[in-house]
Amino acid sequence: MGFPHAPHAKETPVLSQYFGDPAARTVAGWKQRGGYAALEKALGMSPADIVNVVKESGLRGRGGAGFPTGLKWSFMKVGDGKPHYLCVNADESEPGTFKDREIMRWTPHALIEGSAIASYAMGAETCYIYIRGEFTEPLTVMAAAVKDAYAAGIVGPNAMGTGKRIDVHVHKGAGAYICGEETALMNSLEGKRGNPRIKPPFPAVAGVFGMPTTINNVETLAAVPHILNRGAAWYKGMSHSNPKSTGTKLFSVCGNVAKPGNYEVEMGFPFKDFLYDLCGGPTPGRRFKAVVPGGSSVPIQTMEEAEATLMDYEGFVAQGSMLGSGGVIVFDDAQCMVKHIARFARFYAHESCAQCTQCREGTAWCTRILERIERGLGTMEDLDTLLDLSEQMTAKTICVLSDSCAAPIVSGIKKFRGEFEAHITGKRCPMGATAAA
Amino acid sequence: MADAQQVSLTIEGRQVTVPAGTSILEAAKVAGVLIPHYCYHPGLPVAGVCRMCLVEVEKAPKLAPACATAVAEGQVVHLQTDNALDARKAVLEFLLLNHPLDCPICDQAGECELQDYVYREGRAQGRSHEPKRFNPAEDFGGDVLYVTNRCILCTRCVRFMQDVASDPVLNVSERGDRAVIGKFEGKDLTHPWAGNVIDLCPVGALVSKDFLNKARAWELDRTASVCPNCTQGCNTILETRDNVVVRMRPRTNTDVNHYYLCDEGRMDYRWMNRTDRLEAPLVRRGDRLAATDWDEALRAAALHLNGKRAFVLASPMLSNESLWVLSRIMKRGGGAGAFRVRREPEAPLAGVPDLARRAERAANVRAAELFGFAKSDTPLAGLQAGDVLIVADHEVTAADASALAKASAVIVIGTTMPELVTNAIVALPSTNVAEEDGTFTNLRGRVQQYHQARSAPGMARPVWWSGGDLLVFLGERAGYYLASEAFAALAAQQPEFSGLTYESLGSKGQLLADRALAAGGAAR
Repeated sequence: MGFPHAPHAKETPVLSQYFGDPAARTVAGWKQRGGYAALEKALGMSPADIVNVVKESGLRGRGGAGFPTGLKWSFMKVGDGKPHYLCVNADESEPGTFKDREIMRWTPHALIEGSAIASYAMGAETCYIYIRGEFTEPLTVMAAAVKDAYAAGIVGPNAMGTGKRIDVHVHKGAGAYICGEETALMNSLEGKRGNPRIKPPFPAVAGVFGMPTTINNVETLAAVPHILNRGAAWYKGMSHSNPKSTGTKLFSVCGNVAKPGNYEVEMGFPFKDFLYDLCGGPTPGRRFKAVVPGGSSVPIQTMEEAEATLMDYEGFVAQGSMLGSGGVIVFDDAQCMVKHIARFARFYAHESCAQCTQCREGTAWCTRILERIERGLGTMEDLDTLLDLSEQMTAKTICVLSDSCAAPIVSGIKKFRGEFEAHITGKRCPMGATAAA
Repeated sequence: MADAQQVSLTIEGRQVTVPAGTSILEAAKVAGVLIPHYCYHPGLPVAGVCRMCLVEVEKAPKLAPACATAVAEGQVVHLQTDNALDARKAVLEFLLLNHPLDCPICDQAGECELQDYVYREGRAQGRSHEPKRFNPAEDFGGDVLYVTNRCILCTRCVRFMQDVASDPVLNVSERGDRAVIGKFEGKDLTHPWAGNVIDLCPVGALVSKDFLNKARAWELDRTASVCPNCTQGCNTILETRDNVVVRMRPRTNTDVNHYYLCDEGRMDYRWMNRTDRLEAPLVRRGDRLAATDWDEALRAAALHLNGKRAFVLASPMLSNESLWVLSRIMKRGGGAGAFRVRREPEAPLAGVPDLARRAERAANVRAAELFGFAKSDTPLAGLQAGDVLIVADHEVTAADASALAKASAVIVIGTTMPELVTNAIVALPSTNVAEEDGTFTNLRGRVQQYHQARSAPGMARPVWWSGGDLLVFLGERAGYYLASEAFAALAAQQPEFSGLTYESLGSKGQLLADRALAAGGAAR
């Protein structure tokens, strides 16, 4: 469903089926719509069987990295005598991404159900839903839904009357992008500064409170009940290009597009149809110039690349970018790419946790150079410096925040070098725009 | 851990075998290779944030932080590949982006790891044309001044206060390149061991207010010593400029003080530079003491001691050798001796086992007791009428002075003339800990060497020298011209010291032969 628009015929609403339907927010309403049947079924299965079904479905992490979910769950050794934890990454902060927000706003019980199934499958009795602090409405909705789920005996010390304990806690973040990084999220959850941790040890060995932990994205977990209800084969069947990418994916679309919003399509859907058909193409009188297809951390695509893309993990990589979080940011021909890349860099400079030298200093330096170029005060050497800095900010640090800052810079300079040079030689922005304040 | 699994690897072409779990950085030290680093410190938890220790490990997909990467069998590690050099060069350029480059007025200059590595591996010229960010310096309390602009945010100070001192005063405030080291609301660096953050800081961001603008690092002479200010026996480096002690810093000894020295210890060095010193041997001529040569003074002292019982008031700050020589003077006529030691609250350093600023604030209480000097708040209580009293660099308070009249004669051996001793017949000038070689025995029975850092004033001699000569004048076999000679004689005659040689003490010291004695009766 292209919420807030009516669903498009080419969409496959699975997760988004009840977006906009307030009745789905209640326990009763959710059950009427088939909710909690999957949890009931799961609690009758062995944890290993659940993991196998998820493995079989081909479900991959929807937070950005695309790691196979079933495989991730299998790293949790059930019965090792340690408390296990599930962390739900609801700190959706990637610029251009707002799919988890809608899942939590409209179908909070889908997330609770998926989280409960995952907790049971991994021997975790405690699940923390870490929600971005700025998400006031999703927080209210999730907190109420968790309360209702406890009252209905769905979760708690005797989940669904099976005698199994599944506790679900909603934790409010305090407004740092970096807390969406899995180990930073764990530090934040523990009450520490949200700094990413060095890996190894990986969370499955020593995660939150030093105990085995798995962390999953909201969208990933919300898909799990559907997989248990309808079977791995059904989910796996929703794959149009590469068999390693299965199911449906929510894409958040924003920018210079006629119909921004969330769209759910099957993996491998043609990006060209997506942009021009589902999203209604550019606004009147404009043409698309570039797309950032997976949140601000992925390389920028030219329209040539975008129009040749099949929307799945492999398809975006084949066309010079990444699926990422599915946050599609569209730029039309009135936009200054230098300005937007500078704005991205400024975001990363602001959000760097300040641990690693390359990130702390590099993101800020890149921002200053980019903003200077945008003001018409750049030199050709600046472009070489930016590329060199970007290389030194890639694969050198604890987490990938500085890599994320570098990706749009490198792809921007490579694919839109003309715009950068026009700023430098013309000593002003050819678009007449000024860098974002 | 004798059967710990061993791992062999190659670092810069050198084969090295270390226990499993060792970091590449530590293994490299064993191989004799220094991997540049800032945030890593062997006494602190690994942070892995400065990214200066990035090295190339063959078959690894990307550069590895040597401090946070464990060794693996057959690993081949390179420091000097183009990739690794470029990465370190980039880190250095990043670190200098907002650094003020104020080396000419920075106390750290000359002993700054940022200077060292930039000189070795950095760019000749930075590429930044952007203005530098500026933050004012901040008084962190205690002896610590934070010069914000020089900070490279390695977080050693934060981790020391949090994980070693267990007093989390410092934090990283703000994010991105606005980040600075901050203090928690209402807190100050007043922890008794907080001054260590100055030494831990690899750059000039945390500097000592006491040492501020006092000297340039390259003007200093450095001497291995032992802190004389309590019974812990922390290893130190005495730094002198123009024969004046200007700073005392910790010297690593993982058997005693690890990398640390308490604030009170490190600040208590000024007395070593006192100028109101006894500089020449003095003998009484009528109503005054007159300067003379050593022979006359020693002869006069021996004359008074002959046939008399000696009572020795000996400072617990004296060396093993000096106390032992004094104990021989004391014992030859069936005499006695005592000392008083100042007691203050103990201040442990939480993160290091058996390390504290000890309650007894003198270095050699252990040896003084071992050699027969009684610890007492009224040390002159045992002075008998007719005794010859030897005051050996020990304080004399008003309460003590009233007992002086009982002595048949008073001999002073010391660095200064005690104000309340007015009737001394001989005064022999002695050196302090900074001016002589010697050894101390700490409270756990560890015998440790200290060395001469500045020249002695005038004719002053170590007590083991002057006292030995006095024994010769009394007809005993003695006479020591080197601390090692005095120590050898001591070790030959004092059973607790048997088996120890001056040379074998090395830079980390040795425990007394009797282990039960060495443990000081306390379980470790």
